[in-house]
Amino acid sequence: MLPRTHKDAAMNQHVMPKLNRRAFVIGTATASAGLALGLDLPFGGPAVVRAADGAPEVNAWVVIRPDDTVVIRIARSEMGQGTLTGLAQLVAEELECDWSKVTTEYPTPGQSVARKRAWGDFSTGGSRGIRTSQDYVRKGGATARLMLIQAAANEWKVPASECKAANSVITHTPSGKTTTYGKVAEAAAKLEPPADVKLKDPKDWTIAGKGLKRLDTVDKTTGKMVYGIDVKLPGMLNAAIKDCPVFGGKVKSFDEAKIAGMKGVKKVVQVGESAVAVVADTWWHAKTALDALPIVWDEGPNAKVSSETIATWLAEGLDNAQPAYVGNQNGDAKAAIASAAKKVEAVYSYPYQNHATMEPMNATVLYTPDKCEVWCGTQNGEAAFAAALEASGLPAEKVDVHKLMLGGGFGRRGMTDYVRQAVAIAKQMPGTPIKLLWSREEDMQHGKYHPITQCKLTGAFDADNNLVALHYRLSGQSILFSVRPEALQNGMDPAAFQGVAQAGEAAIGYSVPNLLVEHSMRNPHVPPGFWRGVNVNHNAIYMECFMDELALAVGQDPLEFRRKLMGKHPKHLAVLNAVAERIGWGTPAPQGVYRGIAQVMGYGSYVAGAAEISVTDGSKIKVHRIVASTDPGYVVNPAQVERQIAGSFVYGLSALFYGGCTVKDGRIEQTNFDTYNSMRINEMPKVESVMVPSGGFWGGVGEPTIGVAAPAVLNAYFAATGKRIRSFPLRNQNISFA
Amino acid sequence: MANLKINGKTITVDVEDDTPLLWAIRENVGLTGTKYGCGIAQCGACTVHIDGVAMRSCGVTVSEAAGKEITTIEGLAAGGVMHKVQLAWIASDVPQCGYCQSGMIMAVAALLKDNPKPTDDDINDAITNICRCGTFQQVREAIHAAANA
Repeated sequence: MLPRTHKDAAMNQHVMPKLNRRAFVIGTATASAGLALGLDLPFGGPAVVRAADGAPEVNAWVVIRPDDTVVIRIARSEMGQGTLTGLAQLVAEELECDWSKVTTEYPTPGQSVARKRAWGDFSTGGSRGIRTSQDYVRKGGATARLMLIQAAANEWKVPASECKAANSVITHTPSGKTTTYGKVAEAAAKLEPPADVKLKDPKDWTIAGKGLKRLDTVDKTTGKMVYGIDVKLPGMLNAAIKDCPVFGGKVKSFDEAKIAGMKGVKKVVQVGESAVAVVADTWWHAKTALDALPIVWDEGPNAKVSSETIATWLAEGLDNAQPAYVGNQNGDAKAAIASAAKKVEAVYSYPYQNHATMEPMNATVLYTPDKCEVWCGTQNGEAAFAAALEASGLPAEKVDVHKLMLGGGFGRRGMTDYVRQAVAIAKQMPGTPIKLLWSREEDMQHGKYHPITQCKLTGAFDADNNLVALHYRLSGQSILFSVRPEALQNGMDPAAFQGVAQAGEAAIGYSVPNLLVEHSMRNPHVPPGFWRGVNVNHNAIYMECFMDELALAVGQDPLEFRRKLMGKHPKHLAVLNAVAERIGWGTPAPQGVYRGIAQVMGYGSYVAGAAEISVTDGSKIKVHRIVASTDPGYVVNPAQVERQIAGSFVYGLSALFYGGCTVKDGRIEQTNFDTYNSMRINEMPKVESVMVPSGGFWGGVGEPTIGVAAPAVLNAYFAATGKRIRSFPLRNQNISFA
Repeated sequence: MANLKINGKTITVDVEDDTPLLWAIRENVGLTGTKYGCGIAQCGACTVHIDGVAMRSCGVTVSEAAGKEITTIEGLAAGGVMHKVQLAWIASDVPQCGYCQSGMIMAVAALLKDNPKPTDDDINDAITNICRCGTFQQVREAIHAAANA
């Protein structure tokens, strides 16, 4: 029996929020390392700390070798989004070092915890990599510069104020004497860091703000880059795993004897209550044996759940009589709708989506009773560390995580399920390094899916065709309910309102006299996760497609209709105007080409998109051109921002056209790229980026743009065909790329 | 047991005949630049050259590949000089996460050998690799740059 309301859902055992062990464990780990509260971001000190090669740390962020090589420490994870290069640019900018001598290094979470979280937060999600660490990494660079200058001044016995630094060279201006960072780093590392450090005005940037080449490109073109899947350790064995295909089910039994003697097989182990792994000399042997292993599952209480039963349950949540959390409200929308001259109503839905990172989940673990070491790609080193801590049962000083390049993240690798599994396997084979790799099929069926929702939107006009009310009623899954229940506010998931919130980093861009935005929370058993763009994705589709429906109802141009509601939201409006101008809105499109437009705010940034498409036979879409505008406050590397914008359209339109994970018999039906396809180069439109950074705030880049990808194309599709699509993916409507 | 000629060297691998070439390359030969993405020849991350033809190595068995000239991403540079596709990739800063790029580069190198000046339509027909990061715009730019190098 499915839970019927969000209140019942909270009572349902298979959707109960669990104590957040991750937050608990990382708290314990940091407390045991002597940290009571907050971070202790060190900017240097009398005791010289040395990097592994003996080079002195000027501070936690900057190591300088005698040959002038600058090693910049990066705590956030690189997964393609360019954060590694961007953060290094910010440190180098303040450090005034020679960019050609910059290299980077990941501190480990274990090192950070042992040093009172010297490198702060490792979490790389929510488009936070740069925006939430830019202040202290820049300060790290600036502090190191001042210490290097001071060290040179001390050596020359001149006032530091007479010295300046540029390009890793320190000059005593009156005498013209020079030295280099490499020569004074040892002395600088012994100095007390200055208390007052002034950061540069971004308008004076020479390294940051430029479209410099990424620091990690060459190894990605030669096959040398080491991803988690590529780790090799002496004596390492390989594990393949199968988790109960029905979420919430368990292993009943497995018949190990049936695969005894299969080539390379070393051990068959149960992993937790719900999974079985085969350990073998090679992964191919492990997988072949696992496929031959008879496993009997106890599929548990969710074995009858299907997409249809979930849809029915969510549809009930659209009924105003059902309880709902209010996320944004002004005036009295229900009353205004009841007395309106004209009313428009539409129901939309958005499906589950799998992250489908190109590199399937994997982690390599060497466990002994004295040490648990993990090698993996992770978006959150500290979360992986906490997972390893908990799964190994060892204290913080005996655990560490070595981060490797991620073959895609998109939110999936912020979760730690694969780390826990790998530790659980390695713990059953102490002393032997074990690499756990998921098959693509396992990855597709055990994702942390983009949550499923439906939305009923009702708009009301007065007799003069002014929009007087908007009721936005969401029904569906909360990510925080299952992932971070401690972040719920009296049961409400505030993140559910991303993009339609009243204020904050994902605020609605429209003023409506009577507005009601609410969420009837319904949590099916399919585990949700943060999927690039997160709740902005469906909220932007619902709101931006419906804005076009409202404009149509009163016979107005979609852009002009929006503009009238955006007077109090100048930053939202500015990016919308920017794409309208670049795409040529209001001027004739080429023959057979139709336009659509959309805007949203997410992750602290304002974005808009416009699409030009043509449609053949009513169902074959060619996306010719996309214009996308973003105001993230500051742009650290325009070349990378441009790539994130273009990539957002690939990820968002892949989901729109090809995606959608469906549920049958309690499990996900899609198992590989043949049933969960992704856009190819022939379907890629030309994407033009218009960056309009207005300064004064720091917004994210990796995610917000994905919000406008689908609605811009859907609105263009309506312009071309007069057909409004309200449920996705498009393949279910027999609509495809041309 | 099979003799594989990989990047100019003959290597004997002790695997079953039906082992996918991908896994023999990665696990038995130890060249990890060739990536596993799907195992069903859909994504192209495992693309290598077999007798000069771009093939998805997850769908080729070692017995089928034995005796043929196999080139992986590690063998694309000749005599220590990077292939023009690799140079174009670096110049255009193509990769994001980079995981699919070995296969993408191998597919493009094979395309340019057969069709030194491909049009956009030729590229659309020949390059069918999946890139979830969405580097296609830079991929296209770099293909044209390599063709004109």
